[in-house]
Amino acid sequence: MQAARLDSRLLPTVPALARILPGGGIQSGGSYAVRNSATLAMALLAGPSATGAWCSVIGMPDFSVEAAQGLGINLERLILVPDPGSQWLTVTAALVDVVSIVLTRAPEHLAPTEWARLKARLRQRGAALITLGAWKQSDSTLGVAESAWEGLGSGTGHLRARRMKITATQPSGRLRHAYVGLADLQGVPADGSPLSAPHTPPAPHDIGSSALFEPQLVRSS
Amino acid sequence: MTATLPTLPTSTAAATRTLMFWCPDWPITAALREHALPADSALALVDRGEVFACSPAARQDGVKRGLRVREAQARSTGLVCLPYDPSLDDRTFEPVTAAVETIMPGVQVIRPGLCAIRVKGPTRYYGSEAAAAGVVFQTLAAIGLTDVRIGIADGPFAAEQAARATDQLDDDVPQLVVIPPGESAWFLGSYPLEILEQPKLTVLLKRLGIRSLGDFAALRASDVRNRFGIEGALAHRQASGLDHRNVVARTPPPHLDAAVDFEPPLARIDQLAFAFRSRAGEFVDTLREAGLVCTALHVSLHTESGESSERRWQHPRWFDADDVVDRVRWQLQGTNASDHGLTSGVSRVHVVPEIVENLSDHADGLWGTGPDEGIHHGLARVQSMLGHGAVLTAVVAGGRLLADRRVFIPWGDAEVSPQQAAKTPVKDRDQPWPGRLPGPAPATVFAEPVAAAVVDSRGNTVDVDARGLVSADPAFFSAERDGTPQPVHSWAGPWPINERWWDPSGRVLNRFQLVDHSGSAWLLLIEDHRWWIEARYD
Repeated sequence: MQAARLDSRLLPTVPALARILPGGGIQSGGSYAVRNSATLAMALLAGPSATGAWCSVIGMPDFSVEAAQGLGINLERLILVPDPGSQWLTVTAALVDVVSIVLTRAPEHLAPTEWARLKARLRQRGAALITLGAWKQSDSTLGVAESAWEGLGSGTGHLRARRMKITATQPSGRLRHAYVGLADLQGVPADGSPLSAPHTPPAPHDIGSSALFEPQLVRSS
Repeated sequence: MTATLPTLPTSTAAATRTLMFWCPDWPITAALREHALPADSALALVDRGEVFACSPAARQDGVKRGLRVREAQARSTGLVCLPYDPSLDDRTFEPVTAAVETIMPGVQVIRPGLCAIRVKGPTRYYGSEAAAAGVVFQTLAAIGLTDVRIGIADGPFAAEQAARATDQLDDDVPQLVVIPPGESAWFLGSYPLEILEQPKLTVLLKRLGIRSLGDFAALRASDVRNRFGIEGALAHRQASGLDHRNVVARTPPPHLDAAVDFEPPLARIDQLAFAFRSRAGEFVDTLREAGLVCTALHVSLHTESGESSERRWQHPRWFDADDVVDRVRWQLQGTNASDHGLTSGVSRVHVVPEIVENLSDHADGLWGTGPDEGIHHGLARVQSMLGHGAVLTAVVAGGRLLADRRVFIPWGDAEVSPQQAAKTPVKDRDQPWPGRLPGPAPATVFAEPVAAAVVDSRGNTVDVDARGLVSADPAFFSAERDGTPQPVHSWAGPWPINERWWDPSGRVLNRFQLVDHSGSAWLLLIEDHRWWIEARYD
């Protein structure tokens, strides 16, 4: 299938996602739908944000900035518009003008002409649009197909790590998938040095009363 | 010794004839006016735990400067103690200076309450020095200042002493002391050395047997300079009535604020914004002509029924005319409860620039100032569509519940604005916060907790008792939004959170983590036997 345009400039992308995204990364002017995972949507922001791009989140009052920071999104360059009301399209278009990547809740309804105008503006500005929720009009759809958590027993422990199977549709309609952990989704700054670990593993006494149910062996040295 | 001494100003001509007017106890006068206290109340201004100034009534009770507050309160039982605010002095003295400047040019404010004027011009205009002083008395009486002392002498130093010498006069004559030209040295001759306010020099001169300014002035200037250096020489000139200081007139500051009165008052925001637009343009132009830009703005709105709304606005760059109009509009729209509540039409809009900076510091570079300027313009556009509080940046703060840990800041505001700090102090993230969540942070934190149901294998709701024990293992879980119970794969908890146990508004709740069979993880709260979803790991 022929590409929709000639140039395919890529925005910086987290390596784990770049492997499965069509074209090898987030394409400027592209639009991506993330079906069911806010973490995955944040991971798409993390790549550009870690290299100093401005990001914007529109219409998502439940967006967790702490998780965003944990994934390497620079909060100083993150703009939140939690409630655009009835002016979703105007606000999104205004922000596409100024920021590199926009994350938004998928609109209820968008007329094809409006979508074409927004798409033209995305292409002209070289920005990318990520919607959370299924949206047929997007270039590619990503989703978490399987997810498994580690660290939680029945009444013991706490969530520590997660393994996910991520899928992405290709322009040909084929699905590509990758198995990743949470750490693989973190943005890495341009200089290549890994970001500081966002969550230090908690000491046993931090876990709260679960420590009471989980006897810990302390090795004396 | 061949080392060259610093050269003195060589003017041997008589020092500048100076009129010094003095309003005694200006900090007290300012505080009485500001707090609308009666003039005869016993008032003390406190600076760092000590009395800085006190009113005459307090002085009669034995309060004096430098006393500890406790001691002052013991001496004068009805004493009102207020913190000393130097900016209040400046602010309240400004109208006095402005009033005198309307009749005589060249006023130098030595400090609030004490002003020097070069008297040569006014003497020629009003006929004599006494007549010029009389005009000053009249002008200040017209703005309500009656206790004013005036001294006229050669040089500011002698004039100040002359103004203080009015204490010797009776109360019913004008409080004016005029020292004729050339007699300032004689006038100062009997004063002790302490008024030079040079403690080291004073001690040394006293050991040499010199006790008054007259004795000091009788020494030869060259000897004093050789023995005491430049400081001693300058003091010697002061004592001889040849003050080296000149009266440096201040340039009256330009009026940068803008006010518009509306008659009849305007009740609609769009009318007001339209009516204020041209004035806002003039306001910004005035600033620009003065070579300044405004980065913080104080907007006060007054209504016909006497209400007012005050707010300080900040700007990440600087205000242009549209920004000023936007701020006035947002303040009327009331983005939060505290600055809303005007019930009648707006009769006056007053805009005061609080922080002005040099225009050249904000000038655009030859190739623009980078992408951030574009960002700001785009965001300002969205703000003017949706309101000031609709475009936010966020910081992660401290706290136990996830909703407390994120703090939103409107674009353009300082990280913690004073109004915000009063309402919700941003908590320190580095504190331990026992009960906070370990592990990776959930990606979706519900702004409003969502109701949920958690049941055990027999279908009874799982509960946590007062001792923190779970009634049964959770077996099924459903968010009431969709309602289909899903089997619980694994869970952990309860993790008790006991917020502010000393405060009736504090909360006691238990937290659970739970993974369902589809592999998604949830963070649940149980409070008062009811389950809520706090966040979702999706």
